[in-house]
Amino acid sequence: MSQLTQEAITGSAARGSGYRAWRRVTPYFGVLPFLTLATLFLLWPTISVMTGAFQDSKGHFTFTSVHDVWTSSTHLAIFKNTLLLSGETALIGAILGALLSYAVATGKPDGILRRIWVSATGVLAQFGGVMLAFGFVATFGFNGFITTFVKSFAPHSFFANPSWLYGITGLAFVYCFFQIPLMFIVFLPAIDNLRPNWREASDSLGGSTWEYWRRVGIPVLTPSFLGSSLLLFANAFSAYATAASLISQGSIITPLEISGSLSSETGLANAATAKALSFGMVAVVVVVMALYTLLRRKVSKWEKS
Amino acid sequence: MSSVAVQLNDIAKSFGPVKALAGLTLEIKEGELVALLGPSGCGKTTALRALAGLQDLDRGQILVGGKDITFQAANHRGMGMVFQAYSLFPHMSAQENVEYGLKLKAHKVSAEDRRKKSSELLELVGLSTHAGHYPHQMSGGQQQRVALARALAIEPKVLLLDEPLSALDAKVRIQLRDEIRRIQLEVGTTTLFVTHDQEEALGIADRVGVMRDGVLQQIAVPQELYDRPTSAFVAEFVGLTNPIRGTVSGSTVSILGSQIATLPGSVTSGEGTALVRPESIRVEADPSGSAKVVTSSFLGSVCRSIVDLADGTRITAQSASSQASVLRAGTSVRVTLDTPAVFVKSL
Ligand SMILES: Nc1ncnc2c1ncn2[C@@H]1O[C@H](COP(=O)(O)OP(=O)(O)OP(=O)(O)O)[C@@H](O)[C@H]1O
Ligand SMILES: [Mg+2]
Repeated sequence: MSQLTQEAITGSAARGSGYRAWRRVTPYFGVLPFLTLATLFLLWPTISVMTGAFQDSKGHFTFTSVHDVWTSSTHLAIFKNTLLLSGETALIGAILGALLSYAVATGKPDGILRRIWVSATGVLAQFGGVMLAFGFVATFGFNGFITTFVKSFAPHSFFANPSWLYGITGLAFVYCFFQIPLMFIVFLPAIDNLRPNWREASDSLGGSTWEYWRRVGIPVLTPSFLGSSLLLFANAFSAYATAASLISQGSIITPLEISGSLSSETGLANAATAKALSFGMVAVVVVVMALYTLLRRKVSKWEKS
Repeated sequence: MSSVAVQLNDIAKSFGPVKALAGLTLEIKEGELVALLGPSGCGKTTALRALAGLQDLDRGQILVGGKDITFQAANHRGMGMVFQAYSLFPHMSAQENVEYGLKLKAHKVSAEDRRKKSSELLELVGLSTHAGHYPHQMSGGQQQRVALARALAIEPKVLLLDEPLSALDAKVRIQLRDEIRRIQLEVGTTTLFVTHDQEEALGIADRVGVMRDGVLQQIAVPQELYDRPTSAFVAEFVGLTNPIRGTVSGSTVSILGSQIATLPGSVTSGEGTALVRPESIRVEADPSGSAKVVTSSFLGSVCRSIVDLADGTRITAQSASSQASVLRAGTSVRVTLDTPAVFVKSL
């Protein structure tokens, strides 16, 4: 390998500086497809949303749509709903998912149970959208089999009247079904990284189980836990398909609202409102991802030692 | 250096079909540093962990200071442990790591005393300037120094080191080895040091115990272990040996024309294989000699020669480095033995 590099260097020196510059950029050609894709489908839409939020229908700079949207109590209430929904499901998902990964991590490292469980959660974490929503409708919906079953002997119980499923509570409940597996997947490596040596060092120095967790286990896991929670938050915050398939009427979260204002059934499509709303979402995601990056950096430092 | 601090009585532990410990008995005196040496898988780590309370036993008894602690939990034993590597708490600075034990209920002291103690210990291991550094900012050797300071902070009854140097490169390893010994002598802590590196064991310990298949083969001061092994295993495991055939009668063996005393445990009659150290073999250039030098290498302080004997046996001999120019390949030499006693195993 080093010999090859050596050859490349001498070769390029002989062929002049133009060639050298060429050699310097060629390694990046490999990522070109990725960069193109990212620009086309991520960067460009984001920029167009960010700039679009500050343009009027003629393309002039204006604060009007952003101002209108972010002073409207309806929009704000829905935005708050969305934040709350994301926060709640992130918290529940993070706690339950973390407990699950701890339970699995303390088991046999390559036991069959762990392998099955890891692949199952891999599927479940990606299970959001139409399928998940349908699963819940078929189970807990107005004609779901649990509902039908419960109705027959307890017609006044919670599960007999499934209107909860079609509101924010139902959404939160459904979201947990991909949040918990996602947390499991992203948090398991962190738990696996807790070295048995740390526990043993703590024990031999006189530490109790509680002292170990308080002083070592929990502090070491906290950045990963927070980082994973942020990921869950962003995941719920930007989820659309599940909510769209479950809730056909009314926009109870911002992503639904955005799609609503883009394709209004009453014909009052309003791209400016959609962009102003998206702008708010992008801002939140940017903040969340910045925090996430900071936490990751801290953890990756520890992993080096 | 007189009273017995640690006593392992016939301890045994099996993992399924594997007998990690098969009745190990060992005594460590107060303030002594004992090294456990043995090939990989012979049960060294298991023995050390059993003493630390991190490994339960199938049978046997562990006494520390005369008190039976066989069933005591690890966090009540007051033992300082240094692991192979990567055992520092990653989110704590060097100083915080050292103070860890002193913050726990078991050894709690005031914040001021803690500071004082940790500073002293960091000074002792030569890292006063690194008190605020985090593990990821320190080299492997520095991390092991901190780990040592952390273990010493609780003034342990016994200090346990499990191959603390094996993850370090050769130069740092030797340096830190000497330093561990200096520190151990300074604080006087009874110490068990586990290693599979014989040079390390011989270089650091008051006594070296050689283990094999879960039992102790021999325990002795380094010099004795090297010069007077009681079994072929120990003779061959510690240092280099040349297997040379000879004839034994009673307590002497006749090899290469010399009569040499045999060590206890050797075969007592008939043919046997003597295990001879390279430095016990004297090689002299002699045109009428029946042996021939195959190669000779100058190793700085000594010269190592590979020599074919008349009967075709190939041996390695070690002589003064000044001989390197004389003992060239192809030179005819005379080979004699210069040792008070050798171990002779059966053929
Ligand atoms: N927790 C365990 N489960 C199963 N087998 C084990 C366990 N711990 C040790 N063993 C086995 O017991 C034997 C002794 O292990 P031990 O770690 O004590 O050896 P060692 O002398 O320290 O070796 P090394 O020099 O490689 O560290 C080995 O065969 C090992 O595979
Ligand atoms: Mg070991």
